[in-house]
Amino acid sequence: MTLRDDWEMVVGLEVHTELKTNTKMFCGCANAFGAAPNTNVCPVCLGLPGSLPVLNVRAVELAMAIGTALHSTISPSTFHRKNYFYPDMPKDFQISQYDLPINAGGYLDLPDGSRVSIERAHLEEDTGKSTHLGGSGRIHGADRSLVDYNRSGVPLVEIVSGPDIRSSAQARTYAAELRGILIATGASDGRMEEGSMRIDANVSVRHSGDALGTRCEIKNLNSLRSLVRAIDFEAARQVELLEGGATVRQETRHWDENLGATSTMRVKEEADDYRYFREPDLVDLVPDQAWQDRVRDALKPMPAERRAVLTQRLQDPAPALLDALEVVIDLGLDPYVIAALDAAVAPDLALARAANEIASDLEHVENLSIESYVATLNMEQSGALSATQAKTVLGEILANGGEPALIAQSKGFERLASGALGEVVAQLIEENPDEWSRYSAGDEKLAQFFIGQVMKLTKGQANGKDVIAELQARR
Amino acid sequence: MPSLRREDVAHVAKLARLTMSESELDKFTEQLGQVLDHASDMNALDLEGVVATAHPFGLINVVREDERRPSLDHDVVIAMAPDAEDGRFAVPRILGEAP
Repeated sequence: MTLRDDWEMVVGLEVHTELKTNTKMFCGCANAFGAAPNTNVCPVCLGLPGSLPVLNVRAVELAMAIGTALHSTISPSTFHRKNYFYPDMPKDFQISQYDLPINAGGYLDLPDGSRVSIERAHLEEDTGKSTHLGGSGRIHGADRSLVDYNRSGVPLVEIVSGPDIRSSAQARTYAAELRGILIATGASDGRMEEGSMRIDANVSVRHSGDALGTRCEIKNLNSLRSLVRAIDFEAARQVELLEGGATVRQETRHWDENLGATSTMRVKEEADDYRYFREPDLVDLVPDQAWQDRVRDALKPMPAERRAVLTQRLQDPAPALLDALEVVIDLGLDPYVIAALDAAVAPDLALARAANEIASDLEHVENLSIESYVATLNMEQSGALSATQAKTVLGEILANGGEPALIAQSKGFERLASGALGEVVAQLIEENPDEWSRYSAGDEKLAQFFIGQVMKLTKGQANGKDVIAELQARR
Repeated sequence: MPSLRREDVAHVAKLARLTMSESELDKFTEQLGQVLDHASDMNALDLEGVVATAHPFGLINVVREDERRPSLDHDVVIAMAPDAEDGRFAVPRILGEAP
Protein backbone atom coordinates (compact mmCIF):
# COMPACT_ATOMS: atom_id res chain seq x y z
CA MET A 1 0.00 0.00 0.00
CA THR A 2 1.20 3.53 -0.66
CA LEU A 3 0.14 6.52 1.41
CA ARG A 4 -1.81 9.29 -0.23
CA ASP A 5 -0.38 12.66 -1.29
CA ASP A 6 3.21 13.11 -0.27
CA TRP A 7 3.02 11.26 3.04
CA GLU A 8 5.83 8.87 3.80
CA MET A 9 5.89 6.17 6.47
CA VAL A 10 8.95 5.60 8.61
CA VAL A 11 9.24 2.16 10.16
CA GLY A 12 11.77 0.49 12.44
CA LEU A 13 11.41 -3.12 13.54
CA GLU A 14 12.35 -4.91 16.74
CA VAL A 15 12.57 -8.62 16.06
CA HIS A 16 12.71 -11.02 19.00
CA THR A 17 14.00 -14.47 18.18
CA GLU A 18 14.16 -17.39 20.55
CA LEU A 19 17.53 -19.12 20.35
CA LYS A 20 17.66 -22.83 19.50
CA THR A 21 19.59 -23.97 22.56
CA ASN A 22 19.10 -27.17 24.55
CA THR A 23 18.65 -25.25 27.78
CA LYS A 24 17.51 -21.87 29.03
CA MET A 25 19.68 -18.76 29.18
CA PHE A 26 20.61 -18.88 32.86
CA CYS A 27 19.70 -22.39 34.05
CA GLY A 28 19.76 -26.02 32.87
CA CYS A 29 16.00 -26.38 32.31
CA ALA A 30 15.02 -27.59 28.83
CA ASN A 31 14.28 -24.97 26.18
CA ALA A 32 11.40 -26.84 24.55
CA PHE A 33 8.18 -25.74 22.92
CA GLY A 34 4.99 -27.61 23.74
CA ALA A 35 5.91 -29.35 27.03
CA ALA A 36 3.26 -29.73 29.75
CA PRO A 37 2.92 -26.43 31.64
CA ASN A 38 5.45 -25.68 34.40
CA THR A 39 7.48 -28.86 33.90
CA ASN A 40 10.67 -27.15 32.66
CA VAL A 41 11.18 -24.83 35.60
CA CYS A 42 13.63 -24.56 38.47
CA PRO A 43 14.52 -22.07 41.24
CA VAL A 44 16.44 -19.85 38.78
CA CYS A 45 13.70 -19.36 36.17
CA LEU A 46 11.02 -19.16 38.87
CA GLY A 47 12.99 -16.39 40.56
CA LEU A 48 13.18 -18.12 43.93
CA PRO A 49 15.27 -16.30 46.54
CA GLY A 50 18.94 -17.25 46.61
CA SER A 51 19.04 -18.73 43.11
CA LEU A 52 21.82 -17.49 40.84
CA PRO A 53 21.95 -17.19 37.04
CA VAL A 54 24.84 -18.73 35.04
CA LEU A 55 25.10 -17.73 31.38
CA ASN A 56 24.63 -20.39 28.66
CA VAL A 57 27.68 -20.35 26.36
CA ARG A 58 25.65 -21.60 23.39
CA ALA A 59 23.26 -18.63 23.68
CA VAL A 60 26.27 -16.29 23.59
CA GLU A 61 27.69 -17.97 20.50
CA LEU A 62 24.37 -17.89 18.65
CA ALA A 63 24.03 -14.18 19.47
CA MET A 64 27.55 -13.64 18.12
CA ALA A 65 26.66 -15.61 14.98
CA ILE A 66 23.63 -13.37 14.40
CA GLY A 67 25.76 -10.26 14.93
CA THR A 68 28.42 -11.53 12.54
CA ALA A 69 25.82 -12.24 9.85
CA LEU A 70 24.41 -8.72 10.31
CA HIS A 71 27.85 -7.07 10.05
CA SER A 72 27.63 -5.90 13.68
CA THR A 73 30.61 -5.10 15.87
CA ILE A 74 30.83 -7.75 18.57
CA SER A 75 31.54 -5.76 21.69
CA PRO A 76 32.29 -6.13 25.40
CA SER A 77 28.85 -6.22 26.99
CA THR A 78 27.06 -6.27 30.33
CA PHE A 79 23.70 -7.45 31.66
CA HIS A 80 21.07 -5.26 33.31
CA ARG A 81 17.87 -5.81 35.22
CA LYS A 82 14.77 -4.33 33.57
CA ASN A 83 12.36 -3.87 36.46
CA TYR A 84 8.62 -4.17 36.08
CA PHE A 85 5.71 -5.97 37.70
CA TYR A 86 3.93 -8.54 35.62
CA PRO A 87 3.04 -12.10 36.61
CA ASP A 88 4.80 -13.69 33.63
CA MET A 89 8.13 -12.47 35.08
CA PRO A 90 8.36 -14.01 38.55
CA LYS A 91 11.61 -12.21 39.53
CA ASP A 92 9.87 -8.86 38.87
CA PHE A 93 12.73 -8.06 36.53
CA GLN A 94 13.93 -9.34 33.18
CA ILE A 95 17.64 -9.81 32.60
CA SER A 96 18.52 -7.93 29.42
CA GLN A 97 21.33 -5.87 27.92
CA TYR A 98 21.06 -2.10 28.10
CA ASP A 99 23.78 0.39 27.19
CA LEU A 100 26.39 -2.20 26.20
CA PRO A 101 24.81 -4.84 23.89
CA ILE A 102 26.87 -7.76 22.56
CA ASN A 103 26.25 -6.68 18.93
CA ALA A 104 26.47 -2.97 18.10
CA GLY A 105 25.56 -1.50 14.71
CA GLY A 106 25.41 -3.39 11.44
CA TYR A 107 23.20 -3.66 8.41
CA LEU A 108 21.08 -6.03 6.35
CA ASP A 109 20.98 -5.84 2.54
CA LEU A 110 17.62 -6.85 1.08
CA PRO A 111 17.01 -8.73 -2.19
CA ASP A 112 15.42 -5.55 -3.62
CA GLY A 113 18.78 -3.77 -3.32
CA SER A 114 17.88 -1.61 -0.30
CA ARG A 115 19.90 -1.58 2.91
CA VAL A 116 18.41 -1.42 6.41
CA SER A 117 20.74 -0.41 9.22
CA ILE A 118 20.89 -2.45 12.41
CA GLU A 119 21.23 -0.49 15.65
CA ARG A 120 21.89 -3.43 17.94
CA ALA A 121 21.22 -7.11 18.53
CA HIS A 122 21.27 -7.92 22.23
CA LEU A 123 20.69 -10.91 24.49
CA GLU A 124 17.81 -11.16 26.92
CA GLU A 125 15.59 -13.77 28.54
CA ASP A 126 12.02 -14.53 27.50
CA THR A 127 9.10 -14.30 29.91
CA GLY A 128 6.48 -16.87 30.87
CA LYS A 129 3.30 -17.33 28.90
CA SER A 130 -0.01 -15.97 30.22
CA THR A 131 -3.44 -17.17 29.19
CA HIS A 132 -6.27 -14.83 30.06
CA LEU A 133 -9.55 -16.41 31.09
CA GLY A 134 -13.07 -15.19 31.65
CA GLY A 135 -14.76 -12.11 30.28
CA SER A 136 -14.51 -11.92 26.52
CA GLY A 137 -11.27 -13.90 26.46
CA ARG A 138 -9.41 -10.72 25.57
CA ILE A 139 -7.21 -9.17 28.16
CA HIS A 140 -9.64 -6.47 29.22
CA GLY A 141 -12.42 -8.05 31.19
CA ALA A 142 -10.56 -11.30 31.93
CA ASP A 143 -11.26 -12.65 35.39
CA ARG A 144 -7.92 -14.28 35.94
CA SER A 145 -4.75 -15.22 34.17
CA LEU A 146 -2.98 -18.57 34.07
CA VAL A 147 0.79 -18.58 33.79
CA ASP A 148 3.13 -21.22 32.40
CA TYR A 149 6.80 -20.54 33.21
CA ASN A 150 8.29 -23.05 30.75
CA ARG A 151 9.21 -20.13 28.48
CA SER A 152 10.54 -18.03 31.34
CA GLY A 153 14.30 -17.69 30.88
CA VAL A 154 14.44 -19.01 27.31
CA PRO A 155 17.24 -17.12 25.54
CA LEU A 156 16.27 -14.41 23.09
CA VAL A 157 18.10 -12.04 20.81
CA GLU A 158 16.36 -8.75 20.09
CA ILE A 159 17.41 -7.23 16.76
CA VAL A 160 16.64 -3.53 16.48
CA SER A 161 16.66 -1.95 13.02
CA GLY A 162 17.19 1.72 12.28
CA PRO A 163 14.13 3.75 11.17
CA ASP A 164 15.06 3.01 7.55
CA ILE A 165 12.01 1.13 6.30
CA ARG A 166 9.62 3.10 4.07
CA SER A 167 6.82 0.67 3.18
CA SER A 168 5.02 -2.37 4.56
CA ALA A 169 6.36 -4.40 1.64
CA GLN A 170 9.93 -3.46 2.58
CA ALA A 171 9.18 -4.36 6.21
CA ARG A 172 7.99 -7.76 5.06
CA THR A 173 11.08 -8.28 2.90
CA TYR A 174 13.32 -7.28 5.82
CA ALA A 175 11.58 -9.65 8.23
CA ALA A 176 11.67 -12.52 5.71
CA GLU A 177 15.36 -11.98 4.93
CA LEU A 178 16.19 -11.73 8.63
CA ARG A 179 14.25 -14.92 9.26
CA GLY A 180 16.34 -16.68 6.60
CA ILE A 181 19.52 -15.41 8.26
CA LEU A 182 18.38 -16.60 11.68
CA ILE A 183 17.73 -20.06 10.26
CA ALA A 184 21.06 -20.07 8.40
CA THR A 185 23.01 -19.19 11.55
CA GLY A 186 21.31 -22.06 13.38
CA ALA A 187 20.03 -19.51 15.93
CA SER A 188 16.35 -20.09 15.26
CA ASP A 189 13.90 -22.40 13.55
CA GLY A 190 12.07 -19.25 12.39
CA ARG A 191 8.66 -20.66 13.31
CA MET A 192 6.60 -17.53 13.74
CA GLU A 193 3.42 -19.50 14.42
CA GLU A 194 5.09 -21.03 17.50
CA GLY A 195 6.22 -17.62 18.67
CA SER A 196 9.91 -18.29 18.09
CA MET A 197 10.10 -15.00 16.15
CA ARG A 198 7.98 -12.01 17.24
CA ILE A 199 8.04 -8.52 15.85
CA ASP A 200 7.30 -5.07 17.29
CA ALA A 201 6.92 -2.28 14.71
CA ASN A 202 7.65 1.39 15.36
CA VAL A 203 5.60 3.42 12.90
CA SER A 204 5.47 7.16 12.22
CA VAL A 205 4.51 9.27 9.21
CA ARG A 206 5.82 12.55 7.81
CA HIS A 207 5.88 14.58 4.65
CA SER A 208 8.92 13.49 2.66
CA GLY A 209 11.96 15.41 3.81
CA ASP A 210 10.46 16.56 7.14
CA ALA A 211 11.83 15.62 10.57
CA LEU A 212 10.64 12.32 12.05
CA GLY A 213 7.05 12.31 13.32
CA THR A 214 5.78 10.96 16.64
CA ARG A 215 5.88 7.18 16.56
CA CYS A 216 3.64 4.45 17.89
CA GLU A 217 4.88 0.99 18.75
CA ILE A 218 2.75 -1.98 17.67
CA LYS A 219 3.45 -5.00 19.83
CA ASN A 220 3.77 -8.70 19.19
CA LEU A 221 3.09 -9.18 15.51
CA ASN A 222 3.53 -12.88 14.94
CA SER A 223 3.13 -13.36 11.22
CA LEU A 224 4.42 -11.54 8.16
CA ARG A 225 0.82 -10.96 7.13
CA SER A 226 -0.01 -9.27 10.44
CA LEU A 227 3.13 -7.16 10.12
CA VAL A 228 2.09 -5.81 6.72
CA ARG A 229 -1.53 -5.22 7.68
CA ALA A 230 -0.70 -3.58 11.01
CA ILE A 231 1.85 -1.18 9.50
CA ASP A 232 -0.53 -0.16 6.70
CA PHE A 233 -3.39 0.38 9.12
CA GLU A 234 -1.28 2.35 11.58
CA ALA A 235 0.30 4.63 8.98
CA ALA A 236 -3.12 5.40 7.47
CA ARG A 237 -4.53 6.10 10.94
CA GLN A 238 -1.75 8.58 11.68
CA VAL A 239 -2.17 10.35 8.32
CA GLU A 240 -5.89 10.70 9.00
CA LEU A 241 -5.22 12.17 12.46
CA LEU A 242 -2.68 14.67 11.15
CA GLU A 243 -4.77 15.74 8.18
CA GLY A 244 -7.69 16.30 10.55
CA GLY A 245 -5.53 18.73 12.52
CA ALA A 246 -4.97 16.36 15.45
CA THR A 247 -1.64 15.07 16.74
CA VAL A 248 -0.27 11.56 17.12
CA ARG A 249 0.20 10.53 20.72
CA GLN A 250 3.27 8.42 21.46
CA GLU A 251 1.91 5.14 22.72
CA THR A 252 2.04 1.36 22.58
CA ARG A 253 -0.66 -0.19 20.45
CA HIS A 254 -2.11 -3.65 20.13
CA TRP A 255 -2.86 -5.25 16.75
CA ASP A 256 -6.15 -7.14 16.53
CA GLU A 257 -5.94 -9.56 13.62
CA ASN A 258 -9.71 -10.13 13.50
CA LEU A 259 -10.68 -6.46 13.60
CA GLY A 260 -7.78 -5.52 11.29
CA ALA A 261 -7.04 -2.53 13.50
CA THR A 262 -4.62 -1.27 16.14
CA SER A 263 -5.86 0.08 19.47
CA THR A 264 -4.25 1.85 22.42
CA MET A 265 -2.58 -0.53 24.85
CA ARG A 266 -0.93 2.05 27.07
CA VAL A 267 0.35 5.57 26.82
CA LYS A 268 4.08 6.04 27.12
CA GLU A 269 4.66 7.55 30.53
CA GLU A 270 5.76 6.28 33.92
CA ALA A 271 5.13 2.68 32.95
CA ASP A 272 8.22 2.82 30.76
CA ASP A 273 10.54 3.75 33.61
CA TYR A 274 12.19 0.38 34.03
CA ARG A 275 14.92 1.53 36.44
CA TYR A 276 17.59 -0.43 34.60
CA PHE A 277 20.58 -1.31 36.74
CA ARG A 278 23.49 -3.70 36.43
CA GLU A 279 22.70 -7.34 37.16
CA PRO A 280 25.09 -7.92 40.08
CA ASP A 281 24.99 -11.72 39.70
CA LEU A 282 26.53 -11.71 36.20
CA VAL A 283 29.98 -10.57 35.15
CA ASP A 284 31.00 -8.82 31.94
CA LEU A 285 30.93 -10.69 28.67
CA VAL A 286 34.04 -9.91 26.64
CA PRO A 287 34.47 -12.20 23.61
CA ASP A 288 38.09 -12.04 22.47
CA GLN A 289 39.14 -12.05 18.82
CA ALA A 290 39.88 -15.79 18.77
CA TRP A 291 36.36 -16.59 20.00
CA GLN A 292 34.83 -14.21 17.46
CA ASP A 293 36.89 -15.82 14.69
CA ARG A 294 35.74 -19.31 15.66
CA VAL A 295 32.11 -18.19 15.42
CA ARG A 296 32.72 -16.48 12.07
CA ASP A 297 34.52 -19.52 10.62
CA ALA A 298 31.66 -21.81 11.62
CA LEU A 299 29.03 -19.70 9.83
CA LYS A 300 27.36 -21.29 6.82
CA PRO A 301 26.60 -19.22 3.69
CA MET A 302 23.85 -16.65 4.24
CA PRO A 303 20.62 -16.53 2.18
CA ALA A 304 21.79 -13.69 -0.08
CA GLU A 305 24.82 -15.69 -1.21
CA ARG A 306 22.84 -18.92 -1.65
CA ARG A 307 20.07 -17.09 -3.52
CA ALA A 308 22.64 -15.68 -5.94
CA VAL A 309 24.16 -19.11 -6.56
CA LEU A 310 20.81 -20.83 -7.13
CA THR A 311 19.46 -18.02 -9.31
CA GLN A 312 22.54 -18.29 -11.47
CA ARG A 313 22.14 -22.06 -11.76
CA LEU A 314 18.50 -21.63 -12.83
CA GLN A 315 19.54 -19.11 -15.48
CA ASP A 316 16.89 -16.44 -15.31
CA PRO A 317 14.19 -18.46 -13.49
CA ALA A 318 10.59 -18.07 -14.66
CA PRO A 319 8.49 -15.76 -12.44
CA ALA A 320 6.29 -18.71 -11.49
CA LEU A 321 9.32 -20.39 -9.86
CA LEU A 322 10.32 -17.44 -7.66
CA ASP A 323 8.07 -18.30 -4.70
CA ALA A 324 9.41 -21.84 -4.59
CA LEU A 325 12.95 -20.49 -4.91
CA GLU A 326 12.38 -18.25 -1.88
CA VAL A 327 11.02 -21.14 0.19
CA VAL A 328 14.02 -23.25 -0.76
CA ILE A 329 16.49 -20.50 0.21
CA ASP A 330 14.56 -19.69 3.37
CA LEU A 331 14.62 -23.27 4.59
CA GLY A 332 18.17 -24.01 3.43
CA LEU A 333 17.08 -26.70 0.97
CA ASP A 334 19.17 -25.38 -1.93
CA PRO A 335 21.74 -28.22 -1.75
CA TYR A 336 18.93 -30.65 -2.69
CA VAL A 337 17.84 -28.48 -5.61
CA ILE A 338 21.35 -27.92 -6.93
CA ALA A 339 22.13 -31.65 -6.77
CA ALA A 340 18.93 -32.37 -8.72
CA LEU A 341 19.84 -29.75 -11.32
CA ASP A 342 23.29 -31.36 -11.58
CA ALA A 343 21.51 -34.64 -12.40
CA ALA A 344 19.52 -32.91 -15.20
CA VAL A 345 16.21 -32.80 -13.32
CA ALA A 346 13.95 -30.05 -14.73
CA PRO A 347 14.16 -26.80 -12.69
CA ASP A 348 10.45 -26.62 -11.85
CA LEU A 349 10.43 -30.21 -10.57
CA ALA A 350 13.72 -29.78 -8.66
CA LEU A 351 12.29 -26.71 -6.89
CA ALA A 352 8.72 -27.90 -6.39
CA ARG A 353 9.46 -31.19 -4.60
CA ALA A 354 11.81 -29.35 -2.19
CA ALA A 355 9.52 -26.34 -1.63
CA ASN A 356 6.46 -28.53 -1.06
CA GLU A 357 7.28 -32.08 -0.04
CA ILE A 358 10.48 -31.51 1.96
CA ALA A 359 9.23 -28.23 3.40
CA SER A 360 6.09 -29.88 4.74
CA ASP A 361 8.11 -32.29 6.89
CA LEU A 362 11.19 -30.23 7.64
CA GLU A 363 11.57 -31.74 11.09
CA HIS A 364 12.65 -35.04 9.50
CA VAL A 365 14.78 -33.60 6.72
CA GLU A 366 17.81 -35.53 7.98
CA ASN A 367 16.03 -38.76 6.95
CA LEU A 368 16.23 -37.72 3.32
CA SER A 369 19.70 -37.80 1.77
CA ILE A 370 20.44 -35.62 -1.22
CA GLU A 371 21.09 -38.82 -3.22
CA SER A 372 17.63 -40.20 -2.40
CA TYR A 373 16.02 -36.89 -3.37
CA VAL A 374 17.76 -36.89 -6.73
CA ALA A 375 17.00 -40.60 -7.34
CA THR A 376 13.28 -40.10 -6.63
CA LEU A 377 13.06 -37.11 -8.95
CA ASN A 378 14.88 -39.02 -11.67
CA MET A 379 12.33 -41.81 -11.38
CA GLU A 380 9.51 -39.28 -11.63
CA GLN A 381 11.05 -37.50 -14.58
CA SER A 382 11.62 -40.75 -16.49
CA GLY A 383 8.00 -41.76 -15.89
CA ALA A 384 8.87 -44.71 -13.64
CA LEU A 385 6.85 -42.97 -10.91
CA SER A 386 3.78 -40.77 -11.30
CA ALA A 387 3.79 -37.39 -9.55
CA THR A 388 1.55 -38.74 -6.78
CA GLN A 389 3.79 -41.76 -6.31
CA ALA A 390 6.94 -39.63 -6.20
CA LYS A 391 5.39 -37.46 -3.50
CA THR A 392 4.42 -40.56 -1.54
CA VAL A 393 7.96 -41.95 -1.80
CA LEU A 394 9.47 -38.66 -0.57
CA GLY A 395 6.95 -38.50 2.27
CA GLU A 396 7.79 -42.07 3.28
CA ILE A 397 11.54 -41.43 3.27
CA LEU A 398 11.08 -38.25 5.33
CA ALA A 399 8.92 -40.08 7.85
CA ASN A 400 10.86 -43.31 8.17
CA GLY A 401 13.98 -43.21 6.00
CA GLY A 402 14.77 -45.78 3.34
CA GLU A 403 15.78 -46.19 -0.30
CA PRO A 404 13.50 -44.73 -3.01
CA ALA A 405 13.64 -47.76 -5.32
CA LEU A 406 12.88 -50.20 -2.49
CA ILE A 407 10.00 -48.09 -1.21
CA ALA A 408 8.52 -47.79 -4.72
CA GLN A 409 8.79 -51.55 -5.10
CA SER A 410 7.30 -52.36 -1.70
CA LYS A 411 4.34 -50.08 -2.39
CA GLY A 412 3.75 -51.74 -5.74
CA PHE A 413 4.48 -48.51 -7.59
CA GLU A 414 4.86 -49.77 -11.09
CA ARG A 415 3.97 -47.75 -14.05
CA LEU A 416 0.50 -48.55 -15.37
CA ALA A 417 0.61 -49.91 -18.93
CA SER A 418 -1.18 -47.47 -21.24
CA GLY A 419 -3.66 -50.15 -22.29
CA ALA A 420 -4.57 -50.76 -18.66
CA LEU A 421 -5.25 -47.06 -18.13
CA GLY A 422 -7.56 -47.04 -21.17
CA GLU A 423 -9.59 -49.88 -19.66
CA VAL A 424 -9.97 -48.08 -16.35
CA VAL A 425 -11.07 -44.86 -18.06
CA ALA A 426 -13.59 -46.71 -20.23
CA GLN A 427 -15.03 -48.40 -17.14
CA LEU A 428 -15.39 -45.09 -15.30
CA ILE A 429 -17.11 -43.45 -18.28
CA GLU A 430 -19.63 -46.25 -18.28
CA GLU A 431 -20.24 -46.03 -14.53
CA ASN A 432 -20.57 -42.21 -14.50
CA PRO A 433 -22.67 -41.23 -17.51
CA ASP A 434 -23.78 -37.84 -16.06
CA GLU A 435 -20.23 -36.69 -15.36
CA TRP A 436 -19.09 -37.93 -18.71
CA SER A 437 -21.81 -36.08 -20.65
CA ARG A 438 -20.98 -32.84 -18.81
CA TYR A 439 -17.28 -33.32 -19.56
CA SER A 440 -18.08 -34.12 -23.17
CA ALA A 441 -20.14 -30.90 -23.34
CA GLY A 442 -16.99 -28.95 -22.42
CA ASP A 443 -17.03 -28.74 -18.60
CA GLU A 444 -13.26 -29.17 -18.06
CA LYS A 445 -13.65 -29.23 -14.27
CA LEU A 446 -14.98 -32.77 -14.59
CA ALA A 447 -11.52 -33.90 -15.70
CA GLN A 448 -10.44 -33.59 -12.06
CA PHE A 449 -13.31 -35.87 -11.04
CA PHE A 450 -12.16 -38.55 -13.46
CA ILE A 451 -8.50 -38.17 -12.44
CA GLY A 452 -9.52 -38.61 -8.81
CA GLN A 453 -11.49 -41.75 -9.63
CA VAL A 454 -8.66 -43.19 -11.69
CA MET A 455 -6.18 -42.53 -8.88
CA LYS A 456 -8.48 -44.29 -6.45
CA LEU A 457 -8.79 -47.38 -8.67
CA THR A 458 -5.09 -47.51 -9.56
CA LYS A 459 -3.81 -46.56 -6.10
CA GLY A 460 -2.11 -43.49 -7.52
CA GLN A 461 -0.25 -45.34 -10.24
CA ALA A 462 -1.66 -43.31 -13.10
CA ASN A 463 -0.28 -40.02 -14.33
CA GLY A 464 -2.76 -37.12 -14.42
CA LYS A 465 -1.62 -36.00 -17.87
CA ASP A 466 -2.10 -39.51 -19.26
CA VAL A 467 -5.65 -39.62 -17.85
CA ILE A 468 -6.54 -36.34 -19.55
CA ALA A 469 -5.12 -37.66 -22.82
CA GLU A 470 -7.30 -40.77 -22.52
CA LEU A 471 -10.40 -38.67 -21.72
CA GLN A 472 -9.81 -36.30 -24.62
CA ALA A 473 -9.26 -39.20 -27.00
CA ARG A 474 -12.77 -40.46 -26.16
CA ARG A 475 -14.61 -37.12 -26.14
CA MET B 1 20.42 20.58 51.33
CA PRO B 2 19.13 17.19 50.20
CA SER B 3 19.55 16.65 46.47
CA LEU B 4 16.54 14.36 46.35
CA ARG B 5 13.11 15.92 45.78
CA ARG B 6 9.92 14.75 47.45
CA GLU B 7 8.34 14.07 44.04
CA ASP B 8 11.25 11.81 43.12
CA VAL B 9 10.48 9.64 46.13
CA ALA B 10 6.78 9.61 45.28
CA HIS B 11 7.64 8.56 41.71
CA VAL B 12 9.93 5.72 42.81
CA ALA B 13 7.36 4.58 45.36
CA LYS B 14 4.72 4.43 42.67
CA LEU B 15 6.98 2.39 40.38
CA ALA B 16 7.64 -0.01 43.26
CA ARG B 17 3.88 -0.23 43.99
CA LEU B 18 4.42 1.21 47.50
CA THR B 19 1.73 3.32 49.11
CA MET B 20 3.20 6.08 51.27
CA SER B 21 1.57 8.55 53.61
CA GLU B 22 2.53 12.22 53.48
CA SER B 23 4.67 11.88 56.60
CA GLU B 24 6.43 8.81 55.18
CA LEU B 25 7.24 10.72 52.01
CA ASP B 26 8.85 13.46 54.11
CA LYS B 27 10.80 10.93 56.17
CA PHE B 28 12.11 8.95 53.22
CA THR B 29 12.95 12.05 51.21
CA GLU B 30 15.26 13.06 54.02
CA GLN B 31 16.73 9.59 54.66
CA LEU B 32 17.27 8.66 51.01
CA GLY B 33 18.62 12.16 50.41
CA GLN B 34 21.29 11.57 53.04
CA VAL B 35 22.33 8.33 51.33
CA LEU B 36 22.63 10.05 47.96
CA ASP B 37 24.47 13.00 49.45
CA HIS B 38 26.90 10.59 51.05
CA ALA B 39 27.57 8.92 47.71
CA SER B 40 28.02 12.31 46.07
CA ASP B 41 31.00 12.95 48.38
CA MET B 42 32.91 11.15 45.62
CA ASN B 43 32.42 14.22 43.45
CA ALA B 44 34.92 16.01 45.65
CA LEU B 45 37.66 13.54 44.65
CA ASP B 46 39.92 13.93 41.65
CA LEU B 47 39.12 10.74 39.70
CA GLU B 48 40.71 11.78 36.44
CA GLY B 49 42.04 8.67 34.71
CA VAL B 50 40.41 6.19 37.09
CA VAL B 51 38.53 3.49 35.19
CA ALA B 52 34.97 2.86 36.37
CA THR B 53 34.55 -0.35 38.34
CA ALA B 54 31.85 -2.38 36.64
CA HIS B 55 32.02 -5.27 39.09
CA PRO B 56 33.94 -5.92 42.28
CA PHE B 57 35.30 -9.18 40.83
CA GLY B 58 37.81 -9.06 38.02
CA LEU B 59 36.11 -12.00 36.31
CA ILE B 60 34.80 -12.04 32.74
CA ASN B 61 33.01 -14.62 30.56
CA VAL B 62 31.64 -16.86 33.30
CA VAL B 63 29.56 -19.34 31.32
CA ARG B 64 28.24 -22.89 31.53
CA GLU B 65 27.87 -25.55 28.82
CA ASP B 66 24.43 -25.89 27.19
CA GLU B 67 23.59 -29.06 29.11
CA ARG B 68 20.33 -30.16 30.67
CA ARG B 69 19.96 -30.29 34.43
CA PRO B 70 16.94 -31.65 36.28
CA SER B 71 13.99 -29.31 36.66
CA LEU B 72 11.73 -29.27 39.70
CA ASP B 73 8.88 -31.77 40.05
CA HIS B 74 5.64 -30.31 38.78
CA ASP B 75 3.91 -30.99 42.13
CA VAL B 76 6.59 -29.07 43.99
CA VAL B 77 6.24 -26.14 41.61
CA ILE B 78 2.47 -25.96 41.77
CA ALA B 79 2.53 -26.23 45.58
CA MET B 80 4.30 -22.85 45.57
CA ALA B 81 1.59 -21.18 43.51
CA PRO B 82 -0.94 -19.02 45.37
CA ASP B 83 -3.59 -20.74 43.25
CA ALA B 84 -3.40 -23.11 40.30
CA GLU B 85 -5.52 -24.33 37.42
CA ASP B 86 -4.65 -26.68 34.55
CA GLY B 87 -1.11 -27.07 35.89
CA ARG B 88 -0.58 -23.34 35.67
CA PHE B 89 -0.26 -20.52 38.19
CA ALA B 90 -3.57 -18.71 38.56
CA VAL B 91 -3.30 -15.02 39.32
CA PRO B 92 -5.80 -12.16 39.54
CA ARG B 93 -6.75 -10.61 36.25
CA ILE B 94 -4.05 -8.48 34.71
CA LEU B 95 -4.66 -4.84 33.91
CA GLY B 96 -2.92 -4.00 30.67
CA GLU B 97 -0.41 -6.11 28.79
CA ALA B 98 3.21 -6.85 29.54
CA PRO B 99 5.71 -4.17 28.52
